[in-house]
Amino acid sequence: MDGIMSKNNLEYLIERNDNVYEVVIGLEVHAQVTSNSKLFSSSATKFGAEPNTQVSLVDAAFPGMLPVINEYCVKQAIKTGIGLKAKINNKSVFDRKNYFYADLPQGYQISQYKYPIVGEGNVILDMPEGQKHVGIERLHLEQDAGKSIHDVDPNNTLVDLNRSGVALMEIVSKPDLRSPDEVNAYIKKLRSIMRYLGTCDGNMQEGSLRADVNVSVRIKGSTDLGTRCEIKNVNSIKFMQMAIIYEANRQVDLIEEGEEIDQETRLFDTKKNETRSMRSKEDAHDYRYFPDPDLLPLEITDDFIDQLKSEIPELPDDKKKRFIDEFKISPYEATILVSDIDTAKYFEEVVAKMGKNRDMKLAVNWITGELFAVLNNKNIEIANSPISAKNLAKLINLIKNGTISGKIAKTIFELMMDGDIDPQIIVEEKGLKQQSDPKALEALIDKIINDNREKAIEYKQGKEKLFGFFVGQAMKVSGGKANPQLINEILKKKL
Amino acid sequence: MTEITSLSLFELIKNIKEKNISSNEVAKSFIDRSEKSKKLNAYVTENFENCLKLSKEFDNKPNFDLKLPGIPIAVKDLFCTNEVRTTAGSNILNNFVPSYESTVTQNIWNEGGILLGKLNCDEFAMGSSNETSFFGNVQNPIAKDLVPGGSSGGSSSALAANLTPITIGTDTGGSIRQPASFTGTVGLKPTYGSCSRYGIVAFASSLDQAGPMSKDVKDSSILLEVISSFDKKDSTSIDFQRNNYSSELTRNIKGIKIGIPKEYRVDGMPGEIESLWKKGIEYAKDCGAEIIDISLPHTSYALPTYYIVAPAEASSNLARYDGVKYGLRSSGKSLIDMYEKTRSEGFGEEVKRRIMIGTYVLSSGYYDAYYLKAQKVRQLIKQDFDQAYNKVDAILTPSTPSSAFKIGEKSNDPVSMYLNDIFTVPVNLAGLPGISIPAGVDKNNYPLGLQIIGKPFDEQTVLNIAYSMEEKINYKNNITDWWME
Repeated sequence: MDGIMSKNNLEYLIERNDNVYEVVIGLEVHAQVTSNSKLFSSSATKFGAEPNTQVSLVDAAFPGMLPVINEYCVKQAIKTGIGLKAKINNKSVFDRKNYFYADLPQGYQISQYKYPIVGEGNVILDMPEGQKHVGIERLHLEQDAGKSIHDVDPNNTLVDLNRSGVALMEIVSKPDLRSPDEVNAYIKKLRSIMRYLGTCDGNMQEGSLRADVNVSVRIKGSTDLGTRCEIKNVNSIKFMQMAIIYEANRQVDLIEEGEEIDQETRLFDTKKNETRSMRSKEDAHDYRYFPDPDLLPLEITDDFIDQLKSEIPELPDDKKKRFIDEFKISPYEATILVSDIDTAKYFEEVVAKMGKNRDMKLAVNWITGELFAVLNNKNIEIANSPISAKNLAKLINLIKNGTISGKIAKTIFELMMDGDIDPQIIVEEKGLKQQSDPKALEALIDKIINDNREKAIEYKQGKEKLFGFFVGQAMKVSGGKANPQLINEILKKKL
Repeated sequence: MTEITSLSLFELIKNIKEKNISSNEVAKSFIDRSEKSKKLNAYVTENFENCLKLSKEFDNKPNFDLKLPGIPIAVKDLFCTNEVRTTAGSNILNNFVPSYESTVTQNIWNEGGILLGKLNCDEFAMGSSNETSFFGNVQNPIAKDLVPGGSSGGSSSALAANLTPITIGTDTGGSIRQPASFTGTVGLKPTYGSCSRYGIVAFASSLDQAGPMSKDVKDSSILLEVISSFDKKDSTSIDFQRNNYSSELTRNIKGIKIGIPKEYRVDGMPGEIESLWKKGIEYAKDCGAEIIDISLPHTSYALPTYYIVAPAEASSNLARYDGVKYGLRSSGKSLIDMYEKTRSEGFGEEVKRRIMIGTYVLSSGYYDAYYLKAQKVRQLIKQDFDQAYNKVDAILTPSTPSSAFKIGEKSNDPVSMYLNDIFTVPVNLAGLPGISIPAGVDKNNYPLGLQIIGKPFDEQTVLNIAYSMEEKINYKNNITDWWME
């Protein structure tokens, strides 16, 4: 890309004239809490329901209606805080953020301003150049707004309040990110941790995860922060990366032209691939935050936190370490396998079902190779894999104990997909068992040599390439079932 | 037999239980009198037909175990009532019909009460004279063109005029006690968290509290018992052991310590208020109470503190009336235009004034100087009471600095109007229970009230002191039915 210099492929830097700039990025991620009901009401939160079918009197802000905190959402936020190795605050306060909008029924959003439920924490990214720590500033709970629909009725804006009041966690990072790649890794890691915890499904298509991206630039080596711009509500990693690249270059251009950067809120136009000013600092809303008098401060005891800690599953960083130690797989392989909780589960089940004579290399290769390819192709989650971990383990064991060859295994794998069929049954029904009887193979090879005398002589005279021809013939005649190792041995002997 | 409508709630219940009168007869009597009293403008919405129907149903299948067996009751129009229009005295909710019921009114219907109608009040309970109501002024039955107090002015008027045997109001800065004082009736504001706020149109959430208004103290104790309940739907509702207020009611207050706060002797207070207070002290002594001088040093800051906290909360609470979901919607060229027109036409002057004050004190750059400071002062006011309650069981003060004034007399002078709340506001800021009982009259024969303030959750002591002083004071309203001519 124009003007981008990458010294070692790992750093993201922008060069203009003789200046080298680095990009400083902080993210405010809005993660929808996985919960059957909303933050302050009992309405359902299912995605994709008919408009305004999941709205209570509280969500629609009818006169005299009052919010009541959903304890489950509080637990989810605390669990997420624990997953981010963050400080859980014993006391937090819900504030009202006041502004008018058609899809904000109360005329204010209930959020946490001065006293969030979760304080500072830390996320580890596995980057190609090594691990990188990203600081978490805070996590707070807040209500989502409804949705304004501008493109259904030509004269009116319609409002869908299904989302109004849904619980969100706003996770604010420190300005520790330096490249679009790190942003990609950070979002994926956050999503992974929350999916392990079951606190957010991380589904970006459904809007369960979106982010405000704060971008500034500075001369590489400087420790001062530049003036930042906030790009609002970006809903895919790809768009975040595109927005950052555009915005960072825009800012560098301004600086190079001797102009000031205005601190402002910007929007990313995905069609034009550019950011546009939404409002400047001067036009910033005055949200008139004040503690919501309808709600008491949230008081959380250490016992409550300890109880939740005891319910936390093994998280990706710990699981990765254990996979490396216990299964002797590479850090790279471990990173891939733990990145998604369902993949990790699948892998562990395969390992367990392989039994004593397990072959880790085969297991990793079959999962990250054949299985991933199929899942990708068919766009299926591993949790709904057409081949169960149990049957994949059986297939791997059949390879390992010499019953079938790797090549036959691929054929069997294809057949297994039709209803998760036991590979053993396929082997038996289709007679795909590997020919490993030396006597039968000798007879087979004798016949081949007999049928191809001239070639055998040529081989003996030194045309060694022909060895492959004989192996090929043997495999062909045996229908691919001949044990290749034995064929090799016998051929060498007989020729 | 005396007129049904002049009986107390207690007497009505007794007569219904003894089958001397039917629920339907009672309903008819109050409806008949209400029909003849339209000049008072106490009602915003009548529920007469339905009330008659329900009273008949009660009589056909009476349940005398209920605490309010077949008793018709009109309530302040700030309580949301299922399928009955609820306006909060505002044009913006002129045609609003809730599909739900407030917890407090539901408690009343659960005990056999029957809705008689919805009573006028200051718009969104913002006012001390009922003059800010979109539905017009309410007459005080005491004398023509006299305000009934506010914001529960329709309630106090209807009660004093015997249009309802009892009623409920809401009190954010004195809106139950002040109108009670102006109409020679009893009004109790319970401890904050005693009665659920669920389904009550919010004014200032940290101060609003519903409470009974009645002809005598015993009736208030009966109604408090019904409406005070822990409610999970209100996060500020408090789960404490509630008394059986009416059966535990006693005139034995011997040895109870009553504090007299010197700071309540405010400049310019009429001599008759001062002498009423002195008389009250004597009555309390006669009842066997011990009188102790106390100090509530931050009292003079209460009114300014209240007029920061309450408008701040109101400015946010009233943001939901935007024309989008329910209530009045004026047409506009754009969303902002629609907002501006709807709220300009929907809200009255006083409500707009308070929204502007509230928006101002919360805005960035002013928050610390106003709202935050007010919250700190509020804590100091609370502490004043905490310290006083180390020495005394309750506190006796006048309810208001004057008697009822004429309609229009103060409507162009908001500050003088706000000063009406000077004795009642500290009680809301501290979240305490307080009652106003009629204690005498001024030179015009207009009623004057005394206020008894209690410890948190100690409504029983407040009621007991009031009950015993009430007997000694022996106040009777002199109402001539002048409006029926």
